[in-house]
Amino acid sequence: MLPAILAAAPFGLLVGALATAKGLSPLEAILMSALVFAGSAQFVALDLWTEPVSWVVIGLTTLLVNFRHVLMGASFAGRLPTTTTGGRGVAAFLMADETWAMAELKARQGGLTVAYYAGLGVTLYLNWILWTGVGAVAGAAIDDPARYGFDFAFTAIFIGLIAGLWRGSDTTWVVAASAAAAVAANVVADGPWFILAGAIAGVAAAALLANGNGGQATEGEP
Amino acid sequence: MAVATYLTRVSGFWAAAMLPRGTRARAALEAVPISILMSVIAPSLFLAGPAEFIAGCVAAIAATRLPLIATVAVGVGAVVLLRAGLG
Repeated sequence: MLPAILAAAPFGLLVGALATAKGLSPLEAILMSALVFAGSAQFVALDLWTEPVSWVVIGLTTLLVNFRHVLMGASFAGRLPTTTTGGRGVAAFLMADETWAMAELKARQGGLTVAYYAGLGVTLYLNWILWTGVGAVAGAAIDDPARYGFDFAFTAIFIGLIAGLWRGSDTTWVVAASAAAAVAANVVADGPWFILAGAIAGVAAAALLANGNGGQATEGEP
Repeated sequence: MAVATYLTRVSGFWAAAMLPRGTRARAALEAVPISILMSVIAPSLFLAGPAEFIAGCVAAIAATRLPLIATVAVGVGAVVLLRAGLG
């Protein structure tokens, strides 16, 4: 949990600072983080923020950038050990990238409990709000995260999580397909389409490689 | 924004109840997390520049041996050094 908390801090600060630069008050910035709780979507939306706000542009962009949540939720629903609608509703709201990825890993290791997910989800949620507030109040104090490599922390975390989810030789193909499709899509088209393209490619590769023997092909035919 | 984001988060929970069973479907669904993770970072790893690509490789190697926080530290440190060194 600590890596996710520390990595979220500079981004929370940045979201807060960007929001106030675009004219939001600190309270509005905090509210955005509290209601949306999706860093990448918040960055993209703030980039497009105009006065008066165009609801259609912001709403549509948000749906695209966050579309991965639909896939994440589908893969995660079966592992969450709570069946009440209200419980699932709250769980859905707290499902951010890091929370979901860590919960998936824990479930795979056989130990996902409601307490774990709740503790993780709530902590990261409050943490995000806190850092957004600090950033909003501090204004443009952080002017160049790239100098400190902060922008790479997000990527490094995901690399670590990918390594944790590795399941054998087939995974190599899935990851390669995702990377290739995402890169190709990003070169061809602006916007968040590359996420969808990469996800579809990776899932297709996995489905193609599943041949009734599970994920691992055996050496030598009968 | 909040409504759209929440919609994406909650719709997956509903969709899961209607998904087919079977080996291929299960394999596909299990591949969703890692596919999404890789897709999100692919442009920043392969389209950003040599510093990011090399730092990513270093982080990947670190990830096979070190805990997550150490991997992040190694990756961030590597990218800072490489960006300074490669201009």
